[in-house]
Amino acid sequence: MKSIEELNEIREKTLSEISLRKDRNYTGREKHILVCGGTGCTSSHSKDIIEKFNELIKEHNLDNVRVIRTGCFGLCARGPIIVIRPEDTFYAMSHVDDVEEIFEKHIMNGEIVERLLCKDVDGSVVKSLDELNFYKKQHRIVLKNCGLIDPENIDEYLAFDGYKALEKVLTSMTAEEVIKEVSDSGLRGRGGAGFPTGKKWQFAKDSQDEQKYVACNADEGDPGAFMDRSVLEGDPHSVIEAMAIAAFAIGANKGYVYVRAEYPIAVHRLQVAIDQAREYGLLGKNIMGTNFEFDVEIRLGAGAFVCGEETALMESVEGRRGEPRTRPPFPAVKGLFGKPTLLNNVETYANITQIILNGASWYSSIGTEKSKGTKVFALGGNINNVGLVEVPMGITLREIVYDIGGGIPNGRKFKAAQTGGPSGGCIPEEYLDTPIDYESLSAIGSMMGSGGLIIMDDSTCMVNLARFFLDFTVDESCGKCPPCRIGTKRMLEILERLVNGKGREGDIEKLEKLAMNIKRSSLCGLGQTAPNPVLSTLKYFRNEYEAHIKEKKCPAGECKAMTKVMIDKEKCKGCSLCSKNCPVQAIHGELKSPFEIDQSKCIKCGVCIAKCPFKAISRV
Amino acid sequence: MNEIEKKSVCTCGEIDDNKKKLLEVIVSVNGDKSQLMKVLNAAQEIYGYIPTSAQKTISEELDIPMAEIYGVITFYTRFSLEPKGKYNIGVCLGTACYVKGSQMVLDKVKEILGIDVGGITPDGKFSLVSTRCVGACGLAPVMTVNDEVYGNMDPSKVKDILDKYV
Repeated sequence: MKSIEELNEIREKTLSEISLRKDRNYTGREKHILVCGGTGCTSSHSKDIIEKFNELIKEHNLDNVRVIRTGCFGLCARGPIIVIRPEDTFYAMSHVDDVEEIFEKHIMNGEIVERLLCKDVDGSVVKSLDELNFYKKQHRIVLKNCGLIDPENIDEYLAFDGYKALEKVLTSMTAEEVIKEVSDSGLRGRGGAGFPTGKKWQFAKDSQDEQKYVACNADEGDPGAFMDRSVLEGDPHSVIEAMAIAAFAIGANKGYVYVRAEYPIAVHRLQVAIDQAREYGLLGKNIMGTNFEFDVEIRLGAGAFVCGEETALMESVEGRRGEPRTRPPFPAVKGLFGKPTLLNNVETYANITQIILNGASWYSSIGTEKSKGTKVFALGGNINNVGLVEVPMGITLREIVYDIGGGIPNGRKFKAAQTGGPSGGCIPEEYLDTPIDYESLSAIGSMMGSGGLIIMDDSTCMVNLARFFLDFTVDESCGKCPPCRIGTKRMLEILERLVNGKGREGDIEKLEKLAMNIKRSSLCGLGQTAPNPVLSTLKYFRNEYEAHIKEKKCPAGECKAMTKVMIDKEKCKGCSLCSKNCPVQAIHGELKSPFEIDQSKCIKCGVCIAKCPFKAISRV
Repeated sequence: MNEIEKKSVCTCGEIDDNKKKLLEVIVSVNGDKSQLMKVLNAAQEIYGYIPTSAQKTISEELDIPMAEIYGVITFYTRFSLEPKGKYNIGVCLGTACYVKGSQMVLDKVKEILGIDVGGITPDGKFSLVSTRCVGACGLAPVMTVNDEVYGNMDPSKVKDILDKYV
């Protein structure tokens, strides 16, 4: 176990070794090669890059160069990402075969490898990370250590003020003061619903019981969302430290992190972090020489979306089917194992240490009147800069899509953004200037959600999108309550009819009626929000629903049953590129004369449309 | 021979390695029934699915009825009662992949392998699942073959990838 003095010594020593990662004026001879080890970059083989660098460093016997596997830098679309500090050179989409060149030129001779530098969306070459438009409007609080430290090295976390918030709480604050600080900061639950965090802590503190628990919801089920995973992969200690602070505030001595088994890297790094914290006495008995005792255990999920719902999560932690419980009693009164439990989501916890260290007034100066601080979004879909972004509350969707996200690829038009995943709604173009905060998003029929932000271009059919989400909720409904189990199924059947060109008069009204009933009568949040994608697409794209029913047409040209892929004979030059790329050999013709598509073979995949240099192929 | 090894002896007289691994995990939870999910996740990894024999072992060791274990297994999509193919193909149908056309990739895999989602080829070589977000949204649409991730997919790339495993 380490004393406060020993921890300070570690901080000082490590900081002297790694401060060059933040210090742009550093003039020493050390170089740090930071390589992203998040799930996205790992999938594009960043591990091989790390190994190759290490091999070369060893071969050349360099003692001033280190390779660090970090958490997510955010710009997943350009992975694998390599950043060399202190000069902050940003190499994107590199391959293991490029490593030798980077090493020879950059590391050995100080020459930048221009060819491998990251390019911005407009094609301009970016020399350093800071120059990239993607980062300019971001404000990193939750992600401050992601891409900066080695998440598997507690010393590096300590160096950048790690466990100082816990020290402050344990040595100079009372439980009431901690809760007041959190309340005053205005922090609200980042899982999506936006319940005031301080209030939640107060409820858990007010419950009288010998045994209480804190729990962390890391069951990020929204498909296409990866905020919480990135925090756990990039900065796991920030969550552990915050859980310890919460435990001190409410009077708990045990914590559980419920995390998806589908996140092997996050689970591994979290376990490493827990073990290291135990070794340093930051978890266990007599933490930092005080009477405070706290430990954390990981509990694995196994692929059930409903387990993100707080009471279902608790059932699952206890080893049962993840079916929600009726509330009240609320978890603050009767939660895990029947004991008072405080449950927050990963991102909520990741804010806590900064609030304690910098004060509630600092935190509440960021954001809007009712939504304070920042929000992390996983930006995905039809957008140039797919990745992870952290923005101050109150920023507009337009800024996220165009300034940070770099706009829509392939020259297409923005159609809508989906927040809140299967529980949320879409935001059409006319609301691009809506500020991102809890109230504004609810007012337009969407929601903040946990942070999935999927951008759709004009090739997306909104009826089919609603069908996609309903298909998801039908699959994920636990089946405990009939409105959700049966109701969503009926809605899905109607939507399937619509996209298959078999819609009937009255289907829209039926959908609306079912939606209202399911919302009102479902047991948990999954059912209560399941109709939202249908309601919001109906609100803004009702004409598309009507076209599917009345004209049996899909205006976006996505629903295969109602579209054909056709070649415009006037425009076709007979180059045969379409026919070469067709995966089912449905396109025939003679060179230099117009080609034709065999409709009986065509699977309407659209590969030919994308490949045609003369824009002669389209869906009709 | 220790306690675990004794329990792992198969009727043929040899030690059943899978059973031994499973028993080691069960011992590590110290009879804590609330850790059933951890044990089932381990069983899924060890066997590639959760066979009845493993369910029976878990039931006996943790004193949880078979029916309850079966109920938990069938609730979670990660647990499977059937073995998977040597190469398990996953096509991501998470939202980010879906809006970039992963359904067409999935349709193409189905067509080439002649199996539906959840199916397995008669030779046991390939099985097919649709997954919910593998987390590589930057590479969408994404297809996986066991642990290998293939990004920026389109239907025309499917055949070449599958051919590598035939």
